[in-house]
Amino acid sequence: MHKSLIKAEFQVERDDYKCIRCRVCERQCSFEVHSYDADADRMFEDELKCVGCQRCVEYCPTRALSVQPHKSTIRPHGNWPYRAVKDICKQAETGGMLLSSTGDELHHRIYWDHLVLNASQVTNPSIDPLREPMELRTFIGRKPDQVDVQLVNGKPVLKTELPPQLTLETPMMFGAMSYGAISYNVCQSLARAATASGTMYNTGEGGLHRDFYQYGPNTIVQCASGRFGVHREYLNAGAAVEIKVGQGAKPGIGGHVPGEKVDKEISITRMIPVGTDALSPAPHHDIYSIEDLRQLIYALKEAVEYKKPVGVKIAAVHNAAAIASGIVRAGADFVTLDGLRGGTGAAPTRTRDSVGMPIELALAAVDQRLREEGIRNNASLIVAGGFRNSTDVVKAIALGADAVYIGTAALISLGCTVCQKCYTGKCPWGITTQDPYLTKRVNPEIGTQRLTNLLRAWSLEIKEILGGMGINAIESLRGNRLHLRAIGLNERELDVLGVMHAGE
Amino acid sequence: MATKAKTNKKRRRVQADENVCIGCKLCEVACIVAHSKSKNIIRAFNEETPRALSRVLVEESKPLTFALQCRHCEDPPCTIACMTGALHKDPVTGAVLHDREKCVGCWMCVMVCPYGGIQRDLREDKAASKCDLCLELDEPACVAACPNAALFVVEDED
Repeated sequence: MHKSLIKAEFQVERDDYKCIRCRVCERQCSFEVHSYDADADRMFEDELKCVGCQRCVEYCPTRALSVQPHKSTIRPHGNWPYRAVKDICKQAETGGMLLSSTGDELHHRIYWDHLVLNASQVTNPSIDPLREPMELRTFIGRKPDQVDVQLVNGKPVLKTELPPQLTLETPMMFGAMSYGAISYNVCQSLARAATASGTMYNTGEGGLHRDFYQYGPNTIVQCASGRFGVHREYLNAGAAVEIKVGQGAKPGIGGHVPGEKVDKEISITRMIPVGTDALSPAPHHDIYSIEDLRQLIYALKEAVEYKKPVGVKIAAVHNAAAIASGIVRAGADFVTLDGLRGGTGAAPTRTRDSVGMPIELALAAVDQRLREEGIRNNASLIVAGGFRNSTDVVKAIALGADAVYIGTAALISLGCTVCQKCYTGKCPWGITTQDPYLTKRVNPEIGTQRLTNLLRAWSLEIKEILGGMGINAIESLRGNRLHLRAIGLNERELDVLGVMHAGE
Repeated sequence: MATKAKTNKKRRRVQADENVCIGCKLCEVACIVAHSKSKNIIRAFNEETPRALSRVLVEESKPLTFALQCRHCEDPPCTIACMTGALHKDPVTGAVLHDREKCVGCWMCVMVCPYGGIQRDLREDKAASKCDLCLELDEPACVAACPNAALFVVEDED
């Protein structure tokens, strides 16, 4: 036994005058920070265990608690910030990889914050979305190169057979989060909110629980390298199929759900034994080339009888543009790009923070490449990776996206405070856990309402911004980079993003 | 029992949804405050002695938890067992109420309640303690305090 040098990251302060010893904090903390000593009638805190999730702070009925970054620090050093020292101590203690959750948290530039939007003044009128119709409807899928129309009895009739399309009432969908990573109640909330909002949620790679087949028309089912829960009925239960090649938070690495999270229901859904680790291989073992990918795309299209769009999701990596071009040529109906800031339930911290690239750059590069090759209409472009608000979404659409996935933002609306401990399976907010005592914390009724509200609020804001630009349909903004200007970016960045600097 | 005397139109009570009860016991805290003298949470707990009793109790057998209080039965055994008439069914609201003045603390009600909805109040004058549905409030305090909408008021039409 020797002294542990793992540092406390948070400090818990209790106002003893306000504390009524109700022990709500103790019951709410899944990391067992709080304890009560009946003899002394006192509460005690073990700060080393605190993850800073704020559950106790929010639930304390007298607001007697505050949790903040620990005040202890070391002598400041440019190359050796406290965080670097803490990580080294932890690894010296455990000998293991650092694990983390959520997306990249380093200070990589967030390009959305360096982009500004246009508005109409004088020469073209802005539109008031409260008075005039505003169209957010979005179609995801392959668009024909040209459309033939025939006049029948003086009325135009479409001759061209349209490939299968997803119809979204708003250009936002809930990103891939698997049943296993998140709880049954959260899956249910996402499914119901997507249905209520006329959009889609994505099953992630964990299969689809039987109870959720009823939400199939609003479900994108995923087929990942582990093939968990993939069977014909599953593929046909959803409205579209997405082949997951990569994830923005951990490009090059497969998913990992620890065996402790694999209970009976998850085992049935994933088609694996109870208690076994659900490890997705890093690659698809049947895909080593674009040609192999094409085989899987068409195998899935056969399985769904060409009635549903089949897309491919990749992490935004250096050659994303060339890879996306290959994916489109391989027959994908949509391409999903997941950026560096995309979330995860578990990833090696170093991979999470340093592998991949911000979605803004990848999106601009891919859209540009597909346009140059004349194949942009062959697939829709869905982007994901840390979308925080409606203007991020508007900017993404102006940069060339057809729709965005929101994942972390959706979980935040359910209570997530981004404490990044999803991988422990002890989520105090009941979101990324399978512990039946904790999963009850998300009431699907409330969850559905909050998610629906979030999409509604963002949609209203998007309409307001579109109106200000004098645009009455999101379709008119798509890929219209003239509506964007940059602030504080260098020429190379402007070049990659394909936008002019403000003032130009 | 062949016929039941119909004394009220509605049977009002607080019900718990055990699927979303998170066992935080904030309902108990709110009940204590609602039945305190000061109605101030810090004073009710830290200054008032004796402290008010919670009339709702969270039953726990983890992971299962749910809050339980008087069911305000249609035909309440406690009112039959009560020798002084302290426990009575209010003909207007249908609530099973407890008159502390009349209570002698025999606790037969505690014995006969099939739900464990009545507790012994060991303070001062010894009496029974049970849910009064917070009739003076818009909504029972426990229902208002539940952070996860696991408690709600149900009313049956007779």
